[in-house]
Parts: sequence; structure tokens; C-alpha cells
Amino acid sequence: MQENEPGLIMEAKNIVKVFPGTTALQDVDFKIYKGKINVLVGENGAGKSTLMKIIAGIEKPTSGRLYMYDENDRQTEVSFTSTRDAAQKGIGIVHQELNLFTDLDVAENIYMNKELKRYGSAYIDHSSQGTKAKEVLKRLGQNIEPNTVVRNLRLGQQQIVEIAKTMIDEPKILIMDEPTSSLSAQEVKVLFKVIQELKEQGVGIVYISHRLEEVKEIGDYITILRDSQLIETCEMAGIEMCDIIQKMVGRDPNQFFSGQAHKIGKEILKVAHMTLPRFGGGYTLNDVSFSVHEGEILGIYGLMGAGRTELLESLMGIFEKAEGEVWLEGQDLHGKDAKDRINQGLVLIPEERKREGLFLNLAVDQNLTMASILRYIKGFHILKNLEEKRVSEMISEMAIKVSSPQVSINALSGGNQQKVVIGKGLLTKPKVLLMDEPTRGIDVGAKSDVFEIMNSMANGKFGVVFVSSELEEIFSMSDRILVLSKGKITGEFDRSEATEEKVRRASEIGHGITAEAH
Amino acid sequence: MATETRKKFGAGFSIGMLVLKLRTLIAFFVVLIVFSFIAPNFLSTANLIVMAKHSAIWAILAMGMTYVIIGGGIDLSVGSVAGLCGMLAGGFLTEGLRLPLFGIVIYFHTPMVILVVLLIGVLLGAVNGLFVTKLGVAPFIATLGMLYMARGFAMLRSGGKTFPNLVGDASIGTTGFPILGAGTFLGLPLIIWLAIIIAGVAAYVSKKTPMGRHVYAVGGNEDAAVLSGIRVNKVKMTTYMFSGFTAALVGLIIASQLVASHPSTGETYELTTIAAVVLGGTSLTGGRGTIAGSIVGALIIGVLNDGLVMVGVSSFWQTAIKGMVVVLAVVIDQYQLKKQNEAALKEQTAIA
Repeated sequence: MQENEPGLIMEAKNIVKVFPGTTALQDVDFKIYKGKINVLVGENGAGKSTLMKIIAGIEKPTSGRLYMYDENDRQTEVSFTSTRDAAQKGIGIVHQELNLFTDLDVAENIYMNKELKRYGSAYIDHSSQGTKAKEVLKRLGQNIEPNTVVRNLRLGQQQIVEIAKTMIDEPKILIMDEPTSSLSAQEVKVLFKVIQELKEQGVGIVYISHRLEEVKEIGDYITILRDSQLIETCEMAGIEMCDIIQKMVGRDPNQFFSGQAHKIGKEILKVAHMTLPRFGGGYTLNDVSFSVHEGEILGIYGLMGAGRTELLESLMGIFEKAEGEVWLEGQDLHGKDAKDRINQGLVLIPEERKREGLFLNLAVDQNLTMASILRYIKGFHILKNLEEKRVSEMISEMAIKVSSPQVSINALSGGNQQKVVIGKGLLTKPKVLLMDEPTRGIDVGAKSDVFEIMNSMANGKFGVVFVSSELEEIFSMSDRILVLSKGKITGEFDRSEATEEKVRRASEIGHGITAEAH
Repeated sequence: MATETRKKFGAGFSIGMLVLKLRTLIAFFVVLIVFSFIAPNFLSTANLIVMAKHSAIWAILAMGMTYVIIGGGIDLSVGSVAGLCGMLAGGFLTEGLRLPLFGIVIYFHTPMVILVVLLIGVLLGAVNGLFVTKLGVAPFIATLGMLYMARGFAMLRSGGKTFPNLVGDASIGTTGFPILGAGTFLGLPLIIWLAIIIAGVAAYVSKKTPMGRHVYAVGGNEDAAVLSGIRVNKVKMTTYMFSGFTAALVGLIIASQLVASHPSTGETYELTTIAAVVLGGTSLTGGRGTIAGSIVGALIIGVLNDGLVMVGVSSFWQTAIKGMVVVLAVVIDQYQLKKQNEAALKEQTAIA
């Protein structure tokens, strides 16, 4: 048996995870050191969250082993039947989205499903829950009253409550998935202090983030994943920022990009002063103006919560509260709803295909023609033959793999489902195609198909606006790059002048991390 | 040949799947056969026509309800709306429309009464629709409110009394109302023809028109429907208005059959209608179901009602048996859906 490395608290070895249609993790090793901040980075779809879900007991690996180590570095193999099981074995996870019951108080949230009881198991012991919750919060350096209703806490404080929830199990390992994505600079500072304290108490922290500046600042070890594979794992001190980026992005950018620059024509879409107030004050979109030209692919980059999705949706007229002007081919779209805008030639491929793109109750053919059905009618009557013809044309054009057009959409892989959503949009014959994270959660082959569609749209003198949180995609596809941060345009670059660093920097404007933390 | 069959029945075709898919129809024939052995006169033409007349009522209501449910809603008000509409018709026929403010009474001819009452049914449906779409009230609550309101107004219309003897008065041109419920055409009762026409239109719209597609889309995924350029509120409004229309028609038919209108007509009809629709394989979560299924569901409910009476089963048992049938139908429905998905997934993995 091999020598155990001292200081380890947990280790994942040769982890493989296969989902129907894609491999999420391919033979990945991951080490978690005690009392250290173990950073995990990688682009979307690289496999970070799958790896975390396996460590936290949410998913089971297809193959591979998990080991935990005690104080004497003795190794035991572990496997988790549930999150609850993982929590009992000392693993806590703080998810990217808050999972709190906002109408219950802090102590009730902290002890949710772990209630302290008295008189046997009949009554919840609210008073000792309160006392202990207060202790935990104090340990985190927070002065939050346990009987405060969570709804009345600031976002940063809610995040702390999430951490406190995991702390009562005395975790040896705490996984944090993008904990700073929705926090203000001040709140980030507080969070970092909490993390430092936990680290000193010997907790092994796994920290996932897209913000490399932040990661470089607090991390002790770094692990880089790319395309479901382990690329690098080393001490943070031993690696430069540019190496991290290079290893994350890695593959030859030309793999996807055809290299063709597009012939840019006249202005086709113009957006002026698009503003969307945020519920509870502030702005989700703050005076956004830009334009798109014929044959142009405009890439929009931004971090989580920058307002990317909201921007595309407001172009479709989804938000009643959105103000601002949109012109398509010189036509003012003011007061028009999504149906009118689709008729005018604007269509959105939404980010979450299952939630906003697909009709899971219907077959592939009916999904494909849902947005364009009015093109295949005579009077009230759907011309079945014409519809079937368009469906089979689109299926072969997009290379959608289906056993028959009447197969349930549920049976398709993510990539094929995404092609159906795009096909549905293309059948409306759009002049400008809006795409929100068009490659999220699909495999490499389907990705390059999607890029091909974008290029052919551009070559056909149409406009394409696409949002992505993968820099590599933005760089390889865009003729022009817009950067959004906190609802504002913080950078606009031509393809020739854009660099990774410039774009990243622009995307962090307003977050104030780099400025204030140093 | 194989691909032809597949085209017709969708992916995952097999004999087992076919039986599962046609289960409602099979169940219907099983019920028919069982009763025909136990009850001697069950299959006589006279009895079949009586049962068809009873089923027609459920079928008409089920058409409206199917649209509402596929569109992701529910309409609990159909029974009360039928009751109110019957009362309004009775009132128009015997008293006319009194407008005390202007000191006048308006008398409608019988066809006009029928049209006005149908229009009122559509308007009541529109009120349901407005609550659901513009005011964002959950369909269950909005139509529960309408259930009570319509019933209350039905009682208020006459102080709880019946409008008897709706044969009409030749002097004000209100004769002929009983024809709707008792008349025949080519040997079949008018109401059976009405049910056939409405079912035909409903089936055509659901299969062959964009409106039908849109109802499935809205019930399946509202967000995706919006982004596909479907005017979701308009679609929902239409389904509730259609349901109001069918409820009003049933109210008129029952008043005409009884030649009287009673304010408690139609109580619990909403539940029987929902049972028929669910029996036909429509999912209460929306987006899934067929008009044909609901017609067969209505037939089963109708035949079961009459058959159990003829066989002499106690009315308490009748109620219990209907409950069991509905639950069993849903269980089988879930099983079929699971099998169908598995089969589709298998075919799909085979080609991927």
C-alpha cells in the first residue's frame, strides 16, 4: 500500500461519472487538505459541480473511490448514500443558490431537519436551538439574532446562515460553490474573514469560483478541470495567473472557430437605454445601449448576476417594467410582445432549455414547429404535409438524432434537445438570433454544430447576439465583444483588440474585489 | 410497414403498448359486455339511447373541461354555471328580462333566449379566465369562487324556487323550448347530435389547428410558450370561455328535458366531469390528454351510472365503485406513461 500524504483529509481517486449521452468526469483525482483552502476552477461544463456533488453525496460516481483520513493519516474508504450521510461523515456544502426558508427564523433554518428535541421527540427545543445557533454564528464572527426571520437579512448575512447550517454538523470539509457571486464587496470581505477563521479551526475548504483574482488571493491549493478531465493540481504559490487561464481554456481555440471573419453590413438591431429596475431597489439593467450589424456575431460576456439573461429577455419584451428602446431594421419594437417581435424577426434561444425552451409533454416535431406553426396553416387548418416537410428538413439540417420525429423530446440527449430549441427558433426565420448560453451542458460535438449554425447565420447576413460565461467561446466566435457587469456595459472590444485580461477586468468592474481586498 | 405503424402510433410501438394506449376504450367495452350479461335489457336500442343521452351531458361538459385541464387549469364552476344558466333561461321564458330602472320588460323568442344564455355562459367563463390570467388567482381558487357565486345567484334568481312548466307562451313567442331536450333528428335525440358536433369541433381544433397546439404548449410549459410567441393569456381565456359555453349548454339541455329549471341543478357535476376527463387519460398537471379519451371517459361514466342502477347495486356502492374506477385509471395512466418513456428512451439510445 502506498504511503499516505500527510495533511490530507479527503481524497477522490479515479472518479468517473457518466450521464446519458455525456461523460461528466473522466478519471479525476482530487485532494482536500486539512485547514487549507482547496480551490477548484474550470469553465462551465468542465465537471466542477459534478465532482462536488459526488463528494457531497448528491451524486454517486460511476466508478472510482473516495477516501477519508483521520488525525493519524489513516485511510478509510467511504461511500455516501445521501447528503445527510455525507453530512454525518463531516462534509458540508454551501450551494451557489441560497436554499433557505425565508419565512422561518435563523435558528429554525440552521436546525432544519436536525431539530433539537425535548420530552422525547415530540417537541422542538426552540430555546436551546436559539442558544446553539447563536454560538455557531459567533464562531463565524457574526452578530445575527437567531430569532430574526431570514427574509429580513441582507444577502450576505443569508449566505452566512447557509454556512452556519453546515457548521452545526462540525464539518471537517466545507464545500463552497461560487459563494461570492451575489455578494457586494463589503460582504465578500466579511465572507473571506469567516473562511479564514474556519481554516484556522482546521476545516478543509473546497472553494469553487469563476473569479480568478479572488481565487488567487485566498487559495492554498488549486485544481484545474477541463473537459471532464484533471489538468493540473498544485500549490497556489507555484502557479501564475496566466498559466491558470491557459490551463482552464487549454485546447486550441481554432478547434471550434472556423477562422472566418464575417462580412459586416449595416446596422440591423439597435438597443438604446435599456433599463430594468430590480425588485427591492437598484437595477438589473442600467442604461444598456448597443447595436448589432448584418453578418455580425456579438458576444456578451459577464459574471453570474451581471444581467446577461435579463438583457436578452428584455429584448424579447418579456419584462413589463423594462424601459428602453429596441429597433429592428429601423422598426421601433416599443409596446410589442414576444409574438410580435418573433414576427418581426427576433427570436431568443433561452438559457435553460428545460425550463424555457422545451415542451416536455410533446414530441420532437411539435416542439420544432411550436413557434412557427402559423406559417403552415390555411385558414384554421394546419397543413400537416408542409409541417412534416419543414420538420424533416430541420432535423437533417441540424443533424438532430431522432428515431422518429414523433419521439418524445424527453428521450433526447441534452445536445439534441438544444438543437431542437435552436431549430424551433430558426423555423421562425429570424433576422437576429439571440442565444443565451447556447452550449451549456452539451457535449463537444454538439457544441461545434451550434457554432456552425451561428457562423452560417452570420454568413447569411443575419445578426447573432450570444451570451456566454466561457471566455474561450466568446473569443472564438465573436466579431465584437460586450462585457456586462452589475447591469452595465463595462467594456466593448473589437475582436482584434480584445484580450483575456481586458475582458476579465471589465467583467469585475463594480465588484470591487481587486481594488478593496489588496 | 414497420415504419408506417411507428409513424401512426409513435415511438415504442408494440402490442402491449397498444393495449395500454387503448385501455379506456377497452374498459368501456368490458363494462358494456359485463352489464349486458347481468342486465337483460341492457343492450336494447331504447336503453342504449337513454344511456347515450345521459353520457351526452357528461361528454359536452368534458369537452370544455378537457381544454381547460390540458391548458394547465381546472374549472370547478361548470356545475353551478349550468345551474345558473338553466335558471336564467327559465326566467327569460316565463318572466322575460325585467329592467325596473327603465320600467320595461324585454321578452326574447326562444332561440334568442338560448343564444343569450349561451353568451352569458361564455361571459362567466371569461370572468374565470380574467381572474386566472390578469389577477393571477390560482385556477382552483378562481373557479371555486365562481362555483359559489354562480350557485348563489341561481338561488337568488327565484328565491330558491323552481321555474316550472317551461312550455312557453305563444303570445310572447317563447314556445318550443322543450324541443332542445326532447326533440329528435334522423331518429336520434337532438342532444346526442349536439354532443357529436361539439366533440367533433373540439377534436378538430385540438388536433388540426394552431389553437389546439397552443393549449398543449401553455399547459406543458408556460415560459417556453411565451418565448415561442404564444399569447398565453389569450389561450387560457379561450379555454375558460369554451368551458363556460359547454356549461351553459348543459344547463339549457337539462332545463329543457325537465321542462323546468331548478336552482340546485348541476351540483357536483364539476367532479363527475373531471372524473370523466381523468378517466380518458388527461393529466391534471396539464399539457397531456385527448378529446377522444375524454369522450370515452364520459361514456364510461354514463354507462356505469345507468348500468349499476339497472343491476340493482345500492347507490352507496355506486359512488364507491366510481371512485375506485377513477383512481385505478390514473394508476394505469402513470404506468403507461412510464413504459412509453422507457420505450422511447430505448429506441433513442439505439440510434445515438
